[in-house]
Amino acid sequence: MSESRPAVVALRGVTKSFGAGGVTALQSIDLEVQPGEFVSLIGPSGCGKSTLLRIVGDLVEPTAGEVVVNGKSARQARLDGDYGIVFQDAVLYDWRTVARNISLPLELLGWDRARRAQRVRELLDLVELRGFENHHPWQLSGGMQQRVAIARALSFSPALLLMDEPFGALDEMTRERMNAELLRIWERSGSTVVFVTHSISEAVFLSTRVVVMSRRPGRIAAIVDIDLPQPRTADTREDPRFFELVTEVRDRLREGGLDEDRTAPDEGELVGEEAP
Amino acid sequence: MFDPAARKETGGAAPDTDGCGGIALMTIAASAAGARGTLGRGRLRNAAERAGLFLAVLAVLWGLWEGFRAFGEAVDLRAGQFVVNDRTMPHLHDIVAQLFEPSRRNGPLLIGVLWDAALFTAKEAAAGFLLGALFGLALGTALAHSGLLQRGFVPYIVASQTVPILAVAPMVVVWVNPRLPPGLRDWGAVAVISAYLTFFPVTINTIRGLTSVDPRALELMRSYAAGAWAVLWKLRFPAALPFIFAALKIAAPASVVGAIIGELPASIQAGLGGAILNFNQYYITSPPSLWATNLVAALLGISFFLAVLLAERLVVRRAPEHVG
Repeated sequence: MSESRPAVVALRGVTKSFGAGGVTALQSIDLEVQPGEFVSLIGPSGCGKSTLLRIVGDLVEPTAGEVVVNGKSARQARLDGDYGIVFQDAVLYDWRTVARNISLPLELLGWDRARRAQRVRELLDLVELRGFENHHPWQLSGGMQQRVAIARALSFSPALLLMDEPFGALDEMTRERMNAELLRIWERSGSTVVFVTHSISEAVFLSTRVVVMSRRPGRIAAIVDIDLPQPRTADTREDPRFFELVTEVRDRLREGGLDEDRTAPDEGELVGEEAP
Repeated sequence: MFDPAARKETGGAAPDTDGCGGIALMTIAASAAGARGTLGRGRLRNAAERAGLFLAVLAVLWGLWEGFRAFGEAVDLRAGQFVVNDRTMPHLHDIVAQLFEPSRRNGPLLIGVLWDAALFTAKEAAAGFLLGALFGLALGTALAHSGLLQRGFVPYIVASQTVPILAVAPMVVVWVNPRLPPGLRDWGAVAVISAYLTFFPVTINTIRGLTSVDPRALELMRSYAAGAWAVLWKLRFPAALPFIFAALKIAAPASVVGAIIGELPASIQAGLGGAILNFNQYYITSPPSLWATNLVAALLGISFFLAVLLAERLVVRRAPEHVG
């Protein structure tokens, strides 16, 4: 939100092709994400949205184009701990308790024990897992595991939170509850979020902007501003404007060259939409 | 939504996955180790079940041995030179009773002799196990870093185990023994032979464990800009522990076998190898003595296995399906 850092993420002409044959996964992506925004990337399987997220996180190198995160190269931003990442699976370390999973990034940053413990307590409160600090991951439900993963990603207060279909493996009830929690956490932490999803309703409910991608090659087909009022609540899902926006995103997905084997799924019927 | 009692059930009732369900004794000790919390009622019932299973299996094995003996004697079973009688198949109770007979005229009880021999062999095997496990860990960790190194070296590591230990042992004694300080002489060479059998599974499983880490866990470490050492210590090594312990469980009884065999070319009389050689010579006059010695050797191997199992329960914190 500071004037000196106009965009948290700035992508210019980002292209990614895989292998010698040169399958183009992403072509000429231009996108800016402003501080405090919640931006969702939505598109069919194979549109490269997860790859795009990984390029922002410097986990994958783009073939061409410029990636600026927090005003520096993606690599420097990664080395500086400018972002936290959450995957579809929680990827918790089984041999660590909840508390020690959350404090893993802090250990790597060299925080001392007392400071780590203090921060872990704050995060447990944030994700409402007080009392579970000494549990092991396998003793938690899928939704609770994902909350631990979110707490871990937020532990060092990164400016940017990258989320790759974090609720894709959860049932719809849990997913909606996690959506509400994520918004609450987003409001409290003040970070910027880039969120990859398959679900139209999830994207519309959560985001300030939805980036609709098409596939082969992956391209930005449209960007839909979500002007639903904040804070979003269960009532938001009943709002006529919510349905209009869902319809608009779905239409953009269709125009974006959704092809023969996959149509945009209806909202509400997205339970079990799995990533490939 | 979350029921702590249900958790205790899943946490406590670790499935019997140590691949040795028949040796219920081991699992009894494992549950007695109680690494995962207090002794609940379910855990106690579990231990009782396992004790019952152990006794039942023991009874069946006893029944098979004695039953075959009775059958062989009844039909006068002969298969070439093999005749069922007290010499070829002593009664199990005779074997156990032999432990409490003098080992020779006016000598100490056999069980005392074998106890001392087992302690001596245990010392060799424990040293060999530690040596081999550390060497295997170091070698496996080094090789895990490069596929090229693995392709280059693993065939030779495999080849090292295809050479019979009986062929290697005399050379180890010849090479190693003169270089050992007096306190280590002889038994130190046997420890090296024992280590030779120990390092192999540890090396192979260390490579396997360190390299089969969830790629997303590695991505996570990369996102934290973690260095190679941090990735090794905070991710790869803990993730590899179940693999490493699986290898240690194979290696522990093997280290005892290595020590017993190593005693033969080293001409060590004080251990179980010496006892086996000795009672082999007197087999005609006292068959149960050799059987009793073998029984003690087996018990030593089992106690090594149990020690590793106990260590695993204390060290490895994984979802129940991963432990064992």
